[in-house]
Amino acid sequence: MSTTVMDRRVREEGAVWGLLAEFTDAAELIEAARKVRDAGYTRWDSFAPFAVHGLDTAMGIHKTVLPRLVLLGGAAGCLSGILLQWWTNAVDYPFLISGKPLFGWPAAVPIAFELTILFAAFAALFGMLGLNGLPRLHHPLFTSERFRRVTTDRFFIAIEADDPRFDSGETRRFLTQLGAAVVEEVRD
Amino acid sequence: MAEAPPATRQPLILGEKSLGQVSRDILSLVEGGATPLWWTAFLISFTVLMIGAAAITYQIATGVGTWGLNKTVGWAFDITNFVFWIGIGHAGTLISAVLYLLRQRWRTSVNRSAEAMTLFAVLCAGLFPVIHLGRPWFAYWMAPYPNTRGSLWINFRSPLVWDFFAISTYLTISFLFWYFGMIPDLATLATRAKSRLRRRLAGFLSFGWSGSTSTWLRYETVYLLLAGLATPLVVSVHTIVSWDFATALIPGWHSTIFPPYFVTGAIFSGFAMVLTLLLIARKTMGLEDYITVRHVDAMCKILIATGGIVGFSYLIEVFTALYSGDPYEQFAVVNRAFGPYAWAYWLVIACNVVAPQLLWFKKLRHNMLVVWIISIFINVGMWFERFVIIVTSLHRDFVPSSWAMYRPTIIEIATLAGTFGLFFTCFLLFARFVPVIAISEVKGVLGPGHRHEEAGS
Repeated sequence: MSTTVMDRRVREEGAVWGLLAEFTDAAELIEAARKVRDAGYTRWDSFAPFAVHGLDTAMGIHKTVLPRLVLLGGAAGCLSGILLQWWTNAVDYPFLISGKPLFGWPAAVPIAFELTILFAAFAALFGMLGLNGLPRLHHPLFTSERFRRVTTDRFFIAIEADDPRFDSGETRRFLTQLGAAVVEEVRD
Repeated sequence: MAEAPPATRQPLILGEKSLGQVSRDILSLVEGGATPLWWTAFLISFTVLMIGAAAITYQIATGVGTWGLNKTVGWAFDITNFVFWIGIGHAGTLISAVLYLLRQRWRTSVNRSAEAMTLFAVLCAGLFPVIHLGRPWFAYWMAPYPNTRGSLWINFRSPLVWDFFAISTYLTISFLFWYFGMIPDLATLATRAKSRLRRRLAGFLSFGWSGSTSTWLRYETVYLLLAGLATPLVVSVHTIVSWDFATALIPGWHSTIFPPYFVTGAIFSGFAMVLTLLLIARKTMGLEDYITVRHVDAMCKILIATGGIVGFSYLIEVFTALYSGDPYEQFAVVNRAFGPYAWAYWLVIACNVVAPQLLWFKKLRHNMLVVWIISIFINVGMWFERFVIIVTSLHRDFVPSSWAMYRPTIIEIATLAGTFGLFFTCFLLFARFVPVIAISEVKGVLGPGHRHEEAGS
């Protein structure tokens, strides 16, 4: 989220960050998400206590780049494993054992493999955290007492006030129409 | 995504739970505080851990003479324990990664605790090679680092160095996998917390998880990727452990069957340990609706399969040796079965090959006490399997004048006991402070979760 001067001014006044709509059921959430998407909102998100399948397509979210990051991480790990073994045992400290070649690739496989896995896993983990903006200590939604149940048994849609189509009255009506049990304003 | 199981099958989670109830049930020990039973178990485990710590301190301070090793048998107890613990760890990764890739959704109830078990087992395993060094303060010599001894590097063509890389990678990945899977549940813990400290701490550890859809999407992608990475890793780890033996020229070790033999043995012993732990956990923590007879049944079937492969490997070992025409190989096999350690060999056969056959009977698979006892037999059998492989191959080598016997000292036994103390202490702390079952995953396999999958477009 960009922190523009405008944003900051608004925040100081404790202005509206967005609207939060509560749903009691995952099926309702998917239906509602599809309608929010079709209504043309862009700065909004849905929240659930578990991975609800089909929600990503209902929201129109594209695939993540994570797999590519992981591939890069793995390639980097493999390469560094091979270079490490070649340089240390064949170049910097030529290590002759039973007249075998200084660098034979079969013997280099295990460590290259382990480092491939290690680097790829790091890429996956840190890539996920980075792309998700985690770790973070605060989020405006965390001020809502109601939102605390998102990790237990409630489903939510939040539309941000930054959204070009956002209109306090209109959006609230729209969310109520979607079948939200409760719609509340979230202040920063 | 996975297909919902056919309606005729038993549901994965019993008792028609609501989402909120799942959180409540699973977090009961974390939120309800320690029970007297927990304290009893913890104090016992911790005492045993301290005995082990004393033994380790004593042997490091005194020297390797405190062990029962001799010139002929240079590897015995430490290495047996190392292979034993590493093997235990394998089931955790198998359940969390391989069964995830195979879309075995029953794993959701057991994967968290199996992953924790992996982590603690690898921790215990990692201790032994370090202790076995004799001068453990030089353990860092295993790592390739620039040093001031001229240009001096480790020998990358040694399986022992591969082992160092494999074990440390495995420990790291096990931790990542376990912790990563726990992030949403830590958020659940934080939002439900009554005390400020727990809310703050769990909230901090959950990285500020909000459960937004894009977050879930990336989370699931990473979980899948980690599962895909952990699967070949788990196979590689025990393969490399087996190379520690197979690349040596010792009869009884020098065999191409070792990697698959070790890997299946590891999975076999790991599943036995998972059952040992979970059957206690489900009883004492009231998780019968989550870890159901169906879960136990499925794991028993895996025990039959892997136990069958292990038994087959024992046969192949005998056949290869007898067919090889090599007198030393033949002697190693005959000595194993009829030499001074024959009792241990036949104990292995009884525990690992005969005992699991009882699991063919559905009645016995559904009797928790019987399954638990069989799992203990397998644990014992798999420990002795490693002992037999290591000690009987060494103690009567090529020259009869150097033949010797190995007997563990009380210090070595105390060290092994201490690692059990460490393992159970860690596991009890885990059960007390974090959710033992993956709450968010269980919510996904409840009835409504299945229904909604089809609603997606």
